[in-house]
Amino acid sequence: MAPAGESALASWVTTVPTSAEERASAPAAHVVRTEEDLLTVRHAVRAATVEVGFGLVDQTRVVTAASELARNAYVHGGGGTVTIEYPRRPGGRGLRLVVKDDGPGIADLDAALTDGFTTGSGLGHGLGGARRLMDEFTVQTTPGGGTVVTVTRWTAR
Amino acid sequence: MTAPRLAGVPILRLGDVLVTGLLNELDDGAAVAFTEELTERISGSSARGVLIDISRLEIIDSFVARTLMELTTVARLLGARVIVAGMRPPVAITLVELGIELVGVETALNAEQGLAALGWRQAPDPVEGSRRGAGR
Repeated sequence: MAPAGESALASWVTTVPTSAEERASAPAAHVVRTEEDLLTVRHAVRAATVEVGFGLVDQTRVVTAASELARNAYVHGGGGTVTIEYPRRPGGRGLRLVVKDDGPGIADLDAALTDGFTTGSGLGHGLGGARRLMDEFTVQTTPGGGTVVTVTRWTAR
Repeated sequence: MTAPRLAGVPILRLGDVLVTGLLNELDDGAAVAFTEELTERISGSSARGVLIDISRLEIIDSFVARTLMELTTVARLLGARVIVAGMRPPVAITLVELGIELVGVETALNAEQGLAALGWRQAPDPVEGSRRGAGR
């Protein structure tokens, strides 16, 4: 498996997995440039949650978090990518979403994680809400350097 | 002048109640179109109640939640009471965790109960095989 990073990301986009097993574990990057892309991401994440074996409530949590983060990248980051990964650990499978944009970055991360804080047209629950819906949550952001939000949910906790 | 974009979902009138629903594929444009069409129908038909079935929605994110809250407020300002019916249980759980309570939005377990709350009652027992209707 290729490590996460710019060059690896580019190769995922162009490489078509050959075997079914490879397809199940290989990350897939989805471009978010338009409204329709948001729906495509949701469908892809939904399919991934089913594949990993999440129950209906967990499926709904993960797809909702994906929708919030993809919309953030679309609205605030001017578009980006959502990469779906299938990590494993003893006793459980997981689903990881890496949502990346090259936008202006988040100036005040603490404020952005606070419910009700918004610089856009949403409700200000996107980032903080996504954090609560997932098991693991990290944000890397630099002013002017874009934002990468990585979230993971595990089948067994 | 371009024709207004239609919401893509039917808005039915039953007396002074409008009945409609949201599809899962709601994007920004569709949400705006739906809000506009519904508010026009409310004022045009003097509707007193609106039932919005959301049983098709597999997720409600903060965008859809915001749309529902705004719709409800606009309708109320026009004198109509909105009931959102049929939320799936996983959606309700996720909304709470997301921190969204849909403040001000009245809900019902399903469309039937929503319509009852808006003053509609279930018809007497239907006669077997009578679903053809009267010449429609």
